[in-house]
Amino acid sequence: MYKYDEYDQSMVDARVEEFRDQVQRRLAGQMTEDQFKPLRLMNGLYLQLHAYMLRVAVPYGTLDSRQMRMLAHVARKYDRGYGHFTTRQNIQFNWIKLADTPDILAELATVEMHAIQTSGNCIRNISSDQFAGAAADEVTDPRPWAELLRQWSTFHPEFTYLPRKFKIAVIAAPEDRAAMRLHDIGIELTERDGRLGAKIFVGGGMGRTPMISHEIRDFIGADDLLSYLEACLRVYNRYGRRDNIYKARIKILLHEIGADEYRRQVEEEFVAVKALGLDPPAAELERITAMFAPPPLTAEPVELDRSDPDFAVWLDQNVRPHKQPGHAIVTISLKLIGGIPGDASADQIDVMADLAERYSADELRVTHAQNIVLPHVAQADLPAIWQALTETGLAEANLDLISDIIACPGLDYCALANARSIPVAQKIATRFADLGRQRELGELKLKISGCINACGHHHAGHIGILGVDRKGTENFQLLLGGSGAEDVSLGKITGPGFSEDGVVDAIERVTDKYLEVRESGERFLDTYRRVGMEPFKEAIYG
Amino acid sequence: MADPDATDTGGETLLRLRTDEVHDEPAVTLDAFLDGQTNATAVRLEAGDDARALLPRLGQLALVEISFPTFRDGRGYSSARILREAGFAGELRAAGDVLVDQLPHMRRCGFDSFAPQAPIDPDVLRASLSRYDHHYQRAADAAVPIWKLRHG
Ligand code: SF4
Repeated sequence: MYKYDEYDQSMVDARVEEFRDQVQRRLAGQMTEDQFKPLRLMNGLYLQLHAYMLRVAVPYGTLDSRQMRMLAHVARKYDRGYGHFTTRQNIQFNWIKLADTPDILAELATVEMHAIQTSGNCIRNISSDQFAGAAADEVTDPRPWAELLRQWSTFHPEFTYLPRKFKIAVIAAPEDRAAMRLHDIGIELTERDGRLGAKIFVGGGMGRTPMISHEIRDFIGADDLLSYLEACLRVYNRYGRRDNIYKARIKILLHEIGADEYRRQVEEEFVAVKALGLDPPAAELERITAMFAPPPLTAEPVELDRSDPDFAVWLDQNVRPHKQPGHAIVTISLKLIGGIPGDASADQIDVMADLAERYSADELRVTHAQNIVLPHVAQADLPAIWQALTETGLAEANLDLISDIIACPGLDYCALANARSIPVAQKIATRFADLGRQRELGELKLKISGCINACGHHHAGHIGILGVDRKGTENFQLLLGGSGAEDVSLGKITGPGFSEDGVVDAIERVTDKYLEVRESGERFLDTYRRVGMEPFKEAIYG
Repeated sequence: MADPDATDTGGETLLRLRTDEVHDEPAVTLDAFLDGQTNATAVRLEAGDDARALLPRLGQLALVEISFPTFRDGRGYSSARILREAGFAGELRAAGDVLVDQLPHMRRCGFDSFAPQAPIDPDVLRASLSRYDHHYQRAADAAVPIWKLRHG
């Protein structure tokens, strides 16, 4: 794990004081709400339907037990006892008072946390693979690179008033667990001639015009990476559209000028920028990498007693192999049947912190699918972990199944929503509550957004749901065939939308059809890709 | 850090981080500079103007003023850096919707004078400009990036 030095600490401390001053000026009427808005947004503070929401950064989704306990503390002291983990590996608190925010940030700073750039038209929190450092398929741990980017992008003077928000993901494995191709910039670390470097993808994103990113550079060495990214961002800052908020993301610039022209401009800019000495020396990446050294994992492989069927199912569904024999990666599902996807109570957050401290080398991860990971667990400890999770209601064995739903906050919280996402998620999970039935359906990623802004990633769902407003009533469109993984694709709308109950029925007809026509070994997505939309359309609309 | 020196220029406040005399020749538009007024020593760039168009004759300019139609329009930050990176040593002025909380970033991008359309409280400005002791990245100011401080 990264540890702040005096410089890192002084940055977040200064930020707390800066924000305290800004809040005071706002409360004293020295600033208009219009002037205050971008400042508070750059500190992750949104005005929602009922209250302020504070989004706290969890850089590349990694945190330790001390930080996790601080999140529980914030939930208890300043919120209503809950935190909501987000699709960008952050956490949101939905019931915050403006006047409390400087104190919250000050408390967070004591455990090396902040809310810097979790919102606003700037470079957002860098996201990454939740299995980083534990997965067998990675070429390197992507997090040191993500930390390098975190520092580079923090208060970047040139890129703080971009045309629109800017999201970067870094992965280092062929399996894409971070929806890398749906980010403004996606970075895939690769090795070439014994040297580590990055493949750069630009122009992906969801929102109302979803697009898959283009490969812009097939290899850039570590010593040129920041210069190259400066060039990518500068071209966007200068030429990205500012006349229409819906056309301001970098994907639209690439769409309008073409990936080849964008690449040409970036390469030209890169030549100019490279001469400026913006890239830190190799020693800086080495310094950071040393802090991510793998924990000492010495446990021997064990044969687990699978006689308890609930435990056995959980093992099969939520536990993945670790690169170190004798160890495992545990995903704790925050998708309890009938619950709010991504929500955890302060007590549950504390329990997860305790488990991490005791069993997982003091590390936790937040996943973009809104779950929590214990990355470094000895196999022998799995029964005890499962027992503790069962006692706190966190042992749902549904990872990557139909009830492991990504859902945005929707109309229950969000001022932009057309429809409620959470009740639909709850109804679907309840309809498919039977775990045997879910496992029969296999991997099925279902994602729900309450409006066209697509915070719930509906375009990337094997099954996606989009809430729209139809003549003043909530209506839900159904999409099929999306994926945010390495086999990235965008879902297609089935046809006319449905009521809340209607969409649940429609999903059932889709899954029935799948069971009827699938060939052996096919996931839902594979079957859809083989047979196309028609059979499903027929099943839905008759 | 030099204390900003506020100069009153006929109703509008001009905040300067420079000690030389205020350049008093009026700024011409980029189009005029490229086409006609080729002897001009001061140019005003609109947010969407290409700062690189100035590079061939940068040496003759004493002042470049960059316009911020709204504080949300960040193109001027890149324009400023492009000029500084090309070696421009004259006065670089941010004009328009320039607010106190944007000034530190502007300074890092190479601006050394500011013509805000609304007055700026000098105490708030002083606090804002001296808030951060260090910066993570190298920019167009003299600040030594943190990685350099770490590794020498
Ligand atoms: S998708 Fe729409 S409703 Fe859902 S959180 Fe985003 S803006 Fe709000």
